[in-house]
Amino acid sequence: MREKVVDVLVVGGGAAGMAAAASAGAQTLLLECDAEVGGVLNQCIHTGFGLHRYREELTGPEFGHRLLGELERSRAEVISGCTVIDIEHHGPVVHAVGPEGRLRIRPKALVWATGAGERPFGSLMTPGPRPAGIFTAGLAQRFVNIHGFLPGKRALILGSGDIGLIMARRLHLEGMEVAAVVEVQPFPGGLTRNVVQCLEDYNIPLLLCHGITEVHGRDRLTGVTIAQVDKSRLPIAGSERHFAVDTLILSIGLIPENELILPFTPIDPVNRGPRVNSLMQTEVPWLFAAGNNVVIFDLVDTVAAVGEMAGASAALYARGELPQERLTRLVRGENVLHLVPSSLVAESPTVLYLRVSRPINAAMVHVGDVISRKQSVVRPSEMIEIHIPQDALRELVKKDEVHVKVTEG
Amino acid sequence: MRIAVIGGGIVGSLIARELTRYESAVLLFEKEADIGWGVTKANSAIVHGGLHETPGTERARLCVEGNRLYEELSRDLDVPFKRVGAYVVALSHKELPLLQELYEQGLRNGVPGLEMHDRGTILTREPNLNPNAVAGLWSPSVGITEPWSLAIAAVENGMENGLALHVAEEVTSIEVADGRVQGIVTGEGEYELDAVVNAAGLFADRVAEMAGLLEPVLLPCRGEYLLLDKKVGNFISSALFPTPNKLSKGILVVPTIDGGILLGPTAQDLNREEKEANETTRHGVQEAIEGARRLVPQLDLSFVVKTFAGLRPETTDKKFVIGRTSIIGFFQAAGIRSPGLTAAPSIARFLVRDVIVGDLNLTGKRSFTSTHHKIRKILDLPVEERDRLIEADSRYGRIICQCNHVTEGEIVRAIHRGARNLDGVKFRTCAGFGRCQGGSCTDKILLILARELEISPDEVTLRGGDSTILGGKVRT
Repeated sequence: MREKVVDVLVVGGGAAGMAAAASAGAQTLLLECDAEVGGVLNQCIHTGFGLHRYREELTGPEFGHRLLGELERSRAEVISGCTVIDIEHHGPVVHAVGPEGRLRIRPKALVWATGAGERPFGSLMTPGPRPAGIFTAGLAQRFVNIHGFLPGKRALILGSGDIGLIMARRLHLEGMEVAAVVEVQPFPGGLTRNVVQCLEDYNIPLLLCHGITEVHGRDRLTGVTIAQVDKSRLPIAGSERHFAVDTLILSIGLIPENELILPFTPIDPVNRGPRVNSLMQTEVPWLFAAGNNVVIFDLVDTVAAVGEMAGASAALYARGELPQERLTRLVRGENVLHLVPSSLVAESPTVLYLRVSRPINAAMVHVGDVISRKQSVVRPSEMIEIHIPQDALRELVKKDEVHVKVTEG
Repeated sequence: MRIAVIGGGIVGSLIARELTRYESAVLLFEKEADIGWGVTKANSAIVHGGLHETPGTERARLCVEGNRLYEELSRDLDVPFKRVGAYVVALSHKELPLLQELYEQGLRNGVPGLEMHDRGTILTREPNLNPNAVAGLWSPSVGITEPWSLAIAAVENGMENGLALHVAEEVTSIEVADGRVQGIVTGEGEYELDAVVNAAGLFADRVAEMAGLLEPVLLPCRGEYLLLDKKVGNFISSALFPTPNKLSKGILVVPTIDGGILLGPTAQDLNREEKEANETTRHGVQEAIEGARRLVPQLDLSFVVKTFAGLRPETTDKKFVIGRTSIIGFFQAAGIRSPGLTAAPSIARFLVRDVIVGDLNLTGKRSFTSTHHKIRKILDLPVEERDRLIEADSRYGRIICQCNHVTEGEIVRAIHRGARNLDGVKFRTCAGFGRCQGGSCTDKILLILARELEISPDEVTLRGGDSTILGGKVRT
């Protein structure tokens, strides 16, 4: 067994973890469970990444390559193929396993950047048998883009999140027939640009307010029955339609991956990730968090930005230089679903990330009574970023708590 | 002596293993691609105490004895078994007389340790139980296990003692002449035999027909379940039963070996032809949820990772059919409905030791090894042993299933021990059994299967037959 003592340990080598390790610098160790760093970027061969961070349109692997360059220049150490299996939070002591055996790490600070997993088919409780041919979108994407295999011949896609939309286009371009994309909500789950570029450009129908009522087929999927749903998402009798497909692709949501820190870390039940302050520090002082395990972000650029913040803060903490400020709690008000951070720290660069629960055409975003920002269209599929100027922050942190709300403008 | 056991479920597997204790050639035939994929795979995974059984019946005797045998059997075969205990809960004063009746029935059956607990005690021990509960019958010998692991381990131990396993080989006819078994025919060939044991689960009536017998008649009863991930935490600590009605034990809330919770089963009688109708239904899943919520109203369904249905074989008189038949050399262990999992070890022991050994005049084997090491979860091993394993083979350090921490080494070993497809790997190693249900590791496991079996990735199946996962290569 090997032992390591480091200033900062980063767990997870996706965009958040790479950016965190790069900004934490020397005396940092990054652990990645896969054979290579890059995380989900490696399988996202489409473009659309990097417009904010690099002011260029990049593919996922290109974006990952840029981050890898930053990581290498930072002189942080990277060990891949190594999985963290336990964290003793008194210490802390982190236990990992890899092909070289066990590894025990004593970090001064830890950045948790494990990303998210895909919500499984079983959680839908769909009636029917359990045939082959049902894939989460990310799994199908790895089969196509990394391993070079198609999931089937004719697909139906459930869920119009970004991965679902992108997979619709990808499978269509690879010669599969995509019968339709089915979405239970009255609006698409993914970005508008993806609805246009992935579905409309290829005449793939998007069926809103529809859900799956049954799957068919004993060995391999032979068909899927869908139905229109009412306001409480229950199927409307008589509206059933059958699609003869051998493949069902699910883009029904991502679940932040926090299994190992759950026992000792306060979690925000709506975000489903740890409560963090604006420095991306959790309520366990040595534990920082970044990326989709905090909340599901829309853009990898944002994920890298919060990763950078978490890494820099963790490095300061490890050196005993992170200010111990009084915190101002952020409270969800009207029409706010996801909200990161959970609290503000004085004098640090602060960005609020929030997601509304219902769309509004002309909206006003309020942060306490200090900031009121007009926003032409807000919808659940598009995260809102509010950069808080220093003078506004100084006003906000005078209070114990600040309400964030999104109202009709 | 050449003896064939038909059916690689828990009953057939344990019978086959039991037979390898004697001088004989034992063959086990299973029509599915792996062991334990029928009734064995989809049930409550409970080792019952025996208080639900009518006193004086064969079922009551075999259930109580089977429960006792689990202790040693699970140790010998290295299979998880935990005596978590069970509460049969009365939710109103009206149910109290029934609960008292059950208590006395349990005593008559010789169920150990039964106690009546008052409301205060049960709610202290099970804080998430319905606060309207008025009393609970505590049965400490009730246990939980992994039925498919037990079946696999029994077969692997049997193979170590000379058992010949024939999976994906369906028996199509049985040859009988002069009132005596001569042999069987399968999809693969013909076998001359001295004896045949029919342990074909749901299909045991078809196998009996092949031998010319009209009994038993088996009717499938469908039970639907929901599985909650271990993230649900310490929500319950023992198995929870409602006060039963005449027809079934009712819908249970049961902890699973890996820390999750199982809800179910429903009980829907199907036609004799519907023996493959193991699909879930909207109504069934709803009924299971409602039944479970009567016991634990605070149940959070966001932890559900899977719904599934199992079929159990019912006879019209609800009796097990165990023993010799009018045909010499043709034995049966059929109609093994609930509590079949519990009774399986005692059924195997009774049928082999008290019936077959005498009828066939078998003699014991000196060389029988009763212990077996299954594929251990590497993370359950002591650290020194784990270090040695990884040092000898680095694949034991490469974690493939991130949810259940299953390594490449364990997956490769499972394949070398007979896993031929994704479900084979899943049921032997728990890879893909966790909260993501294979979303993040299915591709890795599929590629390992293809590599080890020397087939193309698009030939790998979910569970044999036409259940291929992939549709061919992308355009090049």
